[in-house]
Amino acid sequence: MIAFDNVAYSYGGGELLSEITLRLAPGSFHFLTGPSGAGKSTFLKLCYGDLMPSAGRITLFDRDLRSLSRDDIALTRRRIGMVQQDCQFLDHLPLAANVALPLMVAGKPTVPQDLSDLLGWVGLGQLADAKPPSLSGGERQRAALARAIIIGPDVVLADEPTGNLDWEMSLRLLTLLVELNRMGKTVLIATHDLNLIRQAKSLVASRVLRISKRRVQLAGADL
Amino acid sequence: MSLLSLIKPDRQADRQADRVVPPSGHTAWLTSFTAGAMAFLAVFALALSLAAGRLADRWSDALERTATVRLSAPEDQMDLQTKAVLAVLTTTPGIASARAMTDAEQRALLEPWFGPDLPVDALPLPRLIELTETGAGYDGEGLRQRLMAEAPGAVLDDHTRWRRPLAVAASRLRLLGLLSIGLIGTATAAMITLAASAALAANAQVVRVLRQVGARDAYIARAFVRRFTLRAISGAAGGTLLGMIGVALLPSTDSAGGFLTGLGFQGISWLYPLALPPLVAIVAFAATRAAAFRKLRELT
Repeated sequence: MIAFDNVAYSYGGGELLSEITLRLAPGSFHFLTGPSGAGKSTFLKLCYGDLMPSAGRITLFDRDLRSLSRDDIALTRRRIGMVQQDCQFLDHLPLAANVALPLMVAGKPTVPQDLSDLLGWVGLGQLADAKPPSLSGGERQRAALARAIIIGPDVVLADEPTGNLDWEMSLRLLTLLVELNRMGKTVLIATHDLNLIRQAKSLVASRVLRISKRRVQLAGADL
Repeated sequence: MSLLSLIKPDRQADRQADRVVPPSGHTAWLTSFTAGAMAFLAVFALALSLAAGRLADRWSDALERTATVRLSAPEDQMDLQTKAVLAVLTTTPGIASARAMTDAEQRALLEPWFGPDLPVDALPLPRLIELTETGAGYDGEGLRQRLMAEAPGAVLDDHTRWRRPLAVAASRLRLLGLLSIGLIGTATAAMITLAASAALAANAQVVRVLRQVGARDAYIARAFVRRFTLRAISGAAGGTLLGMIGVALLPSTDSAGGFLTGLGFQGISWLYPLALPPLVAIVAFAATRAAAFRKLRELT
């Protein structure tokens, strides 16, 4: 689904990531951890074609990232739902329209009942008409998750999705991501919150990747 | 993406694309104002160009087939030499008609400079003989030599020295009008390009969000192109309407004293300015589309 083959990424003359070889299998659940500045966000950006590797090869859905045109990358992103820490929305549109944006962009019809159900699933059913600037951090994260999955992506990437949330809200979001995984979605969560990872272990069979010294390694039992 | 697809109101995809761009901003009125002001100026440039063309044609037509023989002679020989000149002219191939102007006609010619009370009889004025050519024309040099032999005081003026600079001036005026329209179009494209680039830069967050959810560049560009094209065509329509009203309110020929004779639109030429809003829309469409794709490549 997403495969890295000896990938490196350089930024500002220095190598941020190097010799990364891994494969995200369909239906898998991964955490990506590491200290701040280790390159977790960069890794996720490589995963959905926002950045190009400086060396090695990234394969997205069996196609070499380098061979993809700008349009191909856009189409590929419709198969990858992205939840970022600093969720950005179109502030002039109500929440429901923001969540439905991937469908609008793809030229697909929005089924009102489906949209309503999705908003209810993430606990935002009463805020469909609210404008994004009026939402709290937790509401924004859940709205971003709803937007990421409305089009039915194969993969969900989340970059520090609980970074600005309290523990209760973090667990709620984690539960939603676990539910998605049970629906067959591949999930990769970048986080430095080890408590969240430990909590997830009781909910889902997950693997933990750690970025250390520019390399991504499978983390052991020392979490 | 075609221009037609942008102005068809029932295109749901375009309307949806349009929604993703925030509805207001300084670029909105700037685009409309620029398109309106440029269309307003273009109406006057068009009117000037058309008027110059008509003026050139009229001057050419009026002077092209006529000539004047100016006869200076002692008073007692004036009638005799006038007859001799007329005899020469009526027997010259290529001349359709010739006649001596009356004192009243000569007085009318001089009246603008000397007033209505000019005593023509008391002044040693030359006699003016007006001739009209046939379509084949006449041999000017041969006629000059014959006049010199039959009436030494007769001078042939075929109006060339007047006609040519007037026709050249009118043609250049027409060219200047067309050049102005071209410059106005270029300036419009430049202004709309700047406004579109500024709008894209100001909406970098919108572009980021759209890209994150899988929008292609064409989709993002369409949202901005549609917005700017519609703003431009509405501004241009307003500017054109005001320009046409302005031309219609120009002083009439009589009150303008002849200098502005014909400046404006006549007959079917009143329809010509109506082509300006669609032309501005085409310019805006092309300029915004080029600017959008260029800016989107920069925002990668």
